[in-house]
Formats: sequence, structure tokens, C-alpha cells
Amino acid sequence: MSEVLMEVKHLKKYFETPKGMLHAVDDVTFSIGKGKTMGVVGESGCGKSTLGRTLIHLYESTDGQILFQGEDITHVTKHKMHQLREQMQIIFQDPFASLNPRMTVEETIREPLELSGKFKKGQLQEEADRIMEMVGIDERLRYAYPHELDGGRRQRVGIGRALSLNPAFVVCDEPVSALDVSIQAQVLNLLQDLQEKSGVTYMFVTHDLSVVKHISDHICVMYLGQLVETTTSKELFANPLHPYTRALLSAIPSVDIHRKKERIILQGEIVSPIEPKPGCRFAARCPHATDACRQPQQLREIEKDHFVSCCRAEEVWE
Amino acid sequence: MANSVAVSKGAAIGRKKKEGQFSLVMKRLMKNKLAMAGLCITLLLFLLALLSPWIMPYAYDELNMIDRFATPSLKHLCGADEMGRDIFSRLLYGARWSLALGFLATIISTVIGMIIGSIVGYFGGTVDTVIMRLIDILQAIPGILLAIAISACLGSGFMNTIIALSIGGIPMTVRLLRGSIMGVRKMEYLEAAQTINCSIPRLIVKHILPNSISPIIVSVTMGIGNTILMAASLSYIGLGVQPPTPEWGAMLSAGRTYMRDYPHMVLFPGIAIALVVLSLNMLGDGLRDAMDPKLKK
Amino acid sequence: MGKSEVPFIEVKNLKVHYTSEGRKIHAVNQVSFSLQKGETLGLVGETGAGKTTIAKSILRILPEPPARIEDGEIFLEGTDLLKLAEDEMRKIRGRKIAMIFQDPMTALNPVMRVGKQIAEGIALHEKVSAREAEEKAKKMLEMVGIPGSRYRDYPHQFSGGMKQRVVIAMALSCSPDLLLADEPTTALDVTIQAQVLDIIKNLQKEFKTSMIMITHDLGIVAEVCDNVAVIYAGQVVEYGSREEIFDNPLHPYTIGLFGSLPDINSDVERLSPIMGMPPDPANLPGGCAFSPRCPYADETCKNTDVKLDAIDGTHSCRCLHWRRTAQMKAETS
Repeated sequence: MSEVLMEVKHLKKYFETPKGMLHAVDDVTFSIGKGKTMGVVGESGCGKSTLGRTLIHLYESTDGQILFQGEDITHVTKHKMHQLREQMQIIFQDPFASLNPRMTVEETIREPLELSGKFKKGQLQEEADRIMEMVGIDERLRYAYPHELDGGRRQRVGIGRALSLNPAFVVCDEPVSALDVSIQAQVLNLLQDLQEKSGVTYMFVTHDLSVVKHISDHICVMYLGQLVETTTSKELFANPLHPYTRALLSAIPSVDIHRKKERIILQGEIVSPIEPKPGCRFAARCPHATDACRQPQQLREIEKDHFVSCCRAEEVWE
Repeated sequence: MANSVAVSKGAAIGRKKKEGQFSLVMKRLMKNKLAMAGLCITLLLFLLALLSPWIMPYAYDELNMIDRFATPSLKHLCGADEMGRDIFSRLLYGARWSLALGFLATIISTVIGMIIGSIVGYFGGTVDTVIMRLIDILQAIPGILLAIAISACLGSGFMNTIIALSIGGIPMTVRLLRGSIMGVRKMEYLEAAQTINCSIPRLIVKHILPNSISPIIVSVTMGIGNTILMAASLSYIGLGVQPPTPEWGAMLSAGRTYMRDYPHMVLFPGIAIALVVLSLNMLGDGLRDAMDPKLKK
Repeated sequence: MGKSEVPFIEVKNLKVHYTSEGRKIHAVNQVSFSLQKGETLGLVGETGAGKTTIAKSILRILPEPPARIEDGEIFLEGTDLLKLAEDEMRKIRGRKIAMIFQDPMTALNPVMRVGKQIAEGIALHEKVSAREAEEKAKKMLEMVGIPGSRYRDYPHQFSGGMKQRVVIAMALSCSPDLLLADEPTTALDVTIQAQVLDIIKNLQKEFKTSMIMITHDLGIVAEVCDNVAVIYAGQVVEYGSREEIFDNPLHPYTIGLFGSLPDINSDVERLSPIMGMPPDPANLPGGCAFSPRCPYADETCKNTDVKLDAIDGTHSCRCLHWRRTAQMKAETS
């Protein structure tokens, strides 16, 4: 991996619930290269959104370390946080809920510019125009309110707001899952174009494996708060090692009607990680689970740059 | 891409100037005939109240013993009361007191309620628990009883009546705003505002309040009517604004002794109160619809 | 289409519009298709294309007003459903045609035990005792992989995937001849989606149920459907067997849909999305509804009312230039 932008070490984020401690993110370690896209996939409740929000300090981490551009930012002062926020941004899933319904397109895009204090009055307008053009929002829509726009355009406004201050790192939290297929492709292309131009680093959180494969350089697969496998996008799809990754990949309906594939249908349901037992959390649904799986698992580098947290990875796929 | 196809939703296209929320709401409100009627009647009553000294046919306290209990005629449009005072003039002049009572008391209770509500709704947790329990206690006492108790303590009079009436209205506003803010609190645009370094006061004023205030505005319009009724009840039992000040409730109260023989003495103040309450309710209903941002056009 | 036997269900020239704020919204415009017993038809299209309206018209559960079925016929084994009286229709709903809705959370009554909800439908349509209905409901639950012992549980005690399975059990409890599945797995996770699709497929085989699968996901269509109708702006723009559509899509919209889709089995650097936005159904463009977004459209497309043109086999396409597209494809491959 080239220059590292973000490094996460043993990150934990627990939430207190009436039923006990919810281990939303549990001991996750990975790093993201500068200008690259890290995909984080998993099913609902696996902690992928929490992970993204913890990295940019929307949530305070419970334990572990976050290094950003080589600097430890796990615990920072309020002042430092303000500076960091201009470097780290987020694009949300729901283009309805992520825009203030009482603010026009232009107001929404201008707000981060105004708050940054970097622009003089006259420049603000110019800068807002530049951003609207950058994300492909027609000038006519300047004074439109969010409810007057369709999902794709709303999402463009959200992207414009996030990228307005040229951040180094952007968490994309399911940015296209609420959109129709044809619009989804437009937004994905836009995100890629912007990355090429500005060299921004993405962390792309999604449940959609085809999208994540398309856009990511590296991928993390999460299950119930744990990181089960991480490697390059190519390697993951060509050679998945964790039983969960395999099941996940086989479950995606493919448009290729001639490829006969073996489908692994998992039994059981995803439970919530409240006060989980030690050991692999996938073991309960895993067709290959043994007693060894009830022990705490280590993330191991099985092949070069291919980390798996499964004690039986080699045995099962030999 | 954006210029390739006409946008499906026509409303925003080609809007040359920023259109503020107020003008958008007014535009939608204009389309609602009932609400506009309510607004017109309310404004008209205000105008009459303001101009009353000049348009009253008689002074509100002008005694004329010859015309005691006069029934409605051209001389006395709404008749005259037990001291021969012209009821029509008293109604006009009394509108000043009744409307002022209703509006001031409601506005005071709303402002206090909104401050408490925003704090409770935004911070939640212990602050929420403590304040809400106090509010519960306040709300456990029936509104009219509370108003009676307070004005009995403070004594009657215009200012005291306003205080008595506004305290009873606070819990309702707090509850409404708190619930509304809690709904907004989950929205992602607040997280977005946080990531662009929005300060807490700005967050509340710019992002939370504009999106949670509409039920309050609606409840205010409807609440004014209620407060006027409540003020009337207070005057009716002898608290509140005192005669000879021609407050509508007080007039109603004074007329009750003679209701059997001279029904016009209670009929016209009654109609006046009903008219205000009705028109404010129509306006409130219309506002509720007009303030939903998701409504098109 | 074009088979000699009488199709099991046939929709002919269905036309539905809604009235909203004085504007007439053309939701379904002249849709026709048919389905044989035991077959599955996929209706694919984007949000607002009119897929759900078609399904609701078949079941006659459209809210009227604002919706109105303007024209058309829907034949179920020869009877026109649109001409039936409401009480006759009631006998058909649930018993002959059942529907699975997208959101399992709202399809179940939260204050009623799940088993009871299934048994209620059975008791309503089959003249059986309460005991028998309960027995059958338990059997249905087990068939979708939920232990019968959970008969007395409430919906909130189930996870999303299990709720959707309860909904499926409910829909299949009276062994309907036709199942309308409206995005049955959209709200579910991938591994749970695989489970649910598997259950639907198996049960369909067992009961020989015909199914109309409404979805925006071409992957699901590839997996469960025999025939596919691609819907755009309330019209069928391309119709054919699964192989015909997936191997040889000819309508520019269908081609665009495939181009927009990142596929797990192939590597493309950039997607080729369809330009622009779906049209406003209150103000459909003249001629071909897709022409404003179509890269191949010319003046004739904007002026001509394009008909569904038979290509070969069951394959048909609503495009003036499908021959040119076919030729282009032949040259490149």
C-alpha cells in the first residue's frame, strides 16, 4: 500500500442499551491508503455505519486508536476537532433525511463555506457556484428546496456539501442504496470522477457487494461488529477465505444467467451483538464451526495483504 | 447530466430569487379559502379593536338610564345593558382587552415553553427527566383551576390575568416542542451540520427549530381562542379583568343575571367570542397544512 | 405470448391513472401480458414505473379515487376480474390470488399473534374448524422454516427476515393459484434474501403457483423468473423469456439498465448510466416515452406512437430502431 491516510488499531465502540452492552464495533484494525477507496460491507447491524461515524468522531470511540495522517486523533480537544472536521466528511444514505428541508440547495452548500471562515463575502457565492457545477447541479435549482428535487439530485447536494471544503477523507454511508439503478450509476460515476480530480480518500460503507466491488480498492467484510476479512477488492472476489464472505458472495443474485454457481444458503438469522460470547460471532450460522471457533479469533495474514479472522480458514478451503 | 432533461418537478425550476419559508407558506395558505376567511376575520377584528375609539357610536361607559335593557334597534345595534350602555360599543372596545389578553398570554406562554422545550428536547437525559416531571405536576392541575388559583393569589387585573393564563399554557408548548424536536433529532442533516462545525445555538436555531416549530405555530393560533375563552370564564366568575372594563367574558358574566329576560345581553358577547375562536381555528387548520414542507406548491 | 392454450392470467390493454391536485398521472398505459400456469413473470422497472399499480389492479385493491382503471381487461382463467362484483372479488383475493408486500413490518398486524393472522385467512376462505385452521397455520409456518411453537408470538418478536417469511406463509396458506410478490426481498439483507427467495422458489414448485415478481433488481429476475417484462413509464418496453432479455436485450432502456449495473462477475472501470431522470408521469413526453433519455433517439421517435413489435419467439420490443440495435450488436460481437 502506498502512503497511509487513516490507520485504525483495535477500535471499539460499545453502546449501552437496556439489555446490556452492545458491541457495535469490536476490535477492528485496518488502514486506508491515501487517494484509495476502502469498501466496508456487511449486513444490517454489523456495525459498518457505526465504524464510519466513529472514525470521523460523530461517535466517541470506546477503546483503540485512530491515526489520521500519522497523527493520533483518538482523543482530541474541541479546537483540534474543528480543524479535523474540515478534513473528514460524510455522505449519508437517505437523501431525504440528510438535507434540512427548510434550506435551499444553495444555503445547504454554502453553510460549510461560511462556517469555515475561510471565505470573504464575495467569494462565498463564487465558491458555491463552483461546487454546484462540480457535482452537476443545474444553476436553475439554486433556490429549490430538497423536497422539490428527486433522489439523485438530493444526493448530489449532499455530496457537494461534504466535498465543499476539499476534505482528505470522506465516509460514504450507503450513498446509493436509496436510488434507482440508473441514477445509482450516475452518482457512482460522479464519486469516482471527484476522487480522480481531488485525490480524496473514501471509506465506502454499503451492503451491496456489486457496488463495493465496482468502486473499492480494498474491502473490509464485517459481521456483527467484527472484522472477518480484509484484502484487495480483486483478491476478495477471486479468493474469499472466510466462510461468511463465501456465503455472502454466493448469495448475490447475478445477472449472468448462464453461470451456474453453487449457492451457500445460510441457516439462522443475524442476532444483535449485545453482550456477545467470546469467539467467532459467525460460528452460530457457520457450516464449518468447531469448538476452536468459540475461542477468540485473531486477524491473521494468510496470504500477502489478505487478512482473515477464522482459525479454520486453511483447513476448510484446502 | 443535469441539463439534459427537464426536471420532473416543476415547482423549483427557474425560481429566480430565493423564496423564503414565510412566503412559501403564505402562498399555500392563500389557496385555502377557509383559512383565508379565518385570517380576514381575525385581522378585521384587530382593526375594529384598534379603531374602536373612533368608530364606536357611544363611549363604552356612557350611561343612559332611559335605554336600560333596550333590545337591538337602529339606535343600539346590539341593544343596551342594565345601565343603558351601548353593547355594540362595548363589544368593539372590549375587543381590545379580549384580543390583547388572548394574544399576549399565549405568546408569553409559548416563548417560555419554547425555551424550555428546546433545552429539554435537545439535551435530553437528566435535564429532560427533571423538567418533564415538573411539567407533569403543572399539567396535572386542570387549566382553569390553575388560572383561578393564580389569579386568586395575585388578585384580579389585566396583567395578573395574563400571568395566570400564560402559566397554564406552558406545559402544552413544552410537550409539543419536545416531541417535535425528538423527531428531528434523529435526522441525518443534524449529523451533517455537526460535521461542518455548526455550534449548538446555531444548530438549534437554524436546523432544529425551523423543522420542529410548525406544530407550535398551529397550536398558538388555536390556543389564542382557548385563552380568550378561559379569560372569559375567569371574568365570568368575577376574577380576571374587572368591570367597568368591557372585557367580553366580563360582559357575559354581567349579563347572566338578566339572561332570561334580556337574552341579547349574553348573545352578542357570546357571538363575538365564538367568532374569534372559530376564525382562529380555521386559520390554524390551514396553517398546519401549509407548513408541511413536503407539500408541493 | 402467442401460445395456443388459454393463458392462466392475461392482462390486456390495462390503463390506470391517478388524479392528484388536479393533475392526471398516467401510471399504467396500455400494458398487456399473459402468464401460463406455474410460470413466473418478472416485472422490472424503476420507482414510479407503475409496477405496483399493475399488481394492485389485478387484485383490485387500488384506492379509487384517486386511482381509476380507465380501460383494459384482466382475465383469470377466462373471467374478467375487472367486471366482477366486489363480493365475488373477495372470494378470489387470498384464495386464488395472494400478494406479498415489500415491507413486512407494515403487512402484519402488530397486536395480533402471527399464527392467528395466518389461521384467520385460512378460516375465512376454507370451511374448516378453528382447530384445523390452527393446525394448518402451524404447518405453513414450518414450511417457511419457522417452528410451529412460535404460533403464539407477536410480530415484534420476529426479525425482519422471519416476518417476511410469515407474510409468505400467510400469502400461501390458501394455496393461491397466483402469487403477486411486490419487491418481497428489498427490505432484507443479502443472506436472508437468499433464504427467502429459496423458500419462494421451492414452495412455488410444490404448489405449482404462478407468480408475478415485481422488482427493480435484475439479479433477482435472473434467478427466479421465466419471463420478463421491462416496464418504463407505465408501458411494457420489452418483453421476452429470461434468455431473450438477458442474452439479447434490444430496447435502449433495457440495455441502459444492464449498463448501469455493476456486475460481480465482470470488471468495468466506469458504469455507463442512462442519462437524465425518469419522466414526470403527469407530463409524459410525446412519442416514445424513453426518447428524451435515449442515446439513439431521432425525430421520428419523438413523434411516433411506438407499438410493441414482435421480434421472434416470445421476444417483443417497443422501439422503432430495434433492427438497427440488433445489427449493431451482431457487428460488435
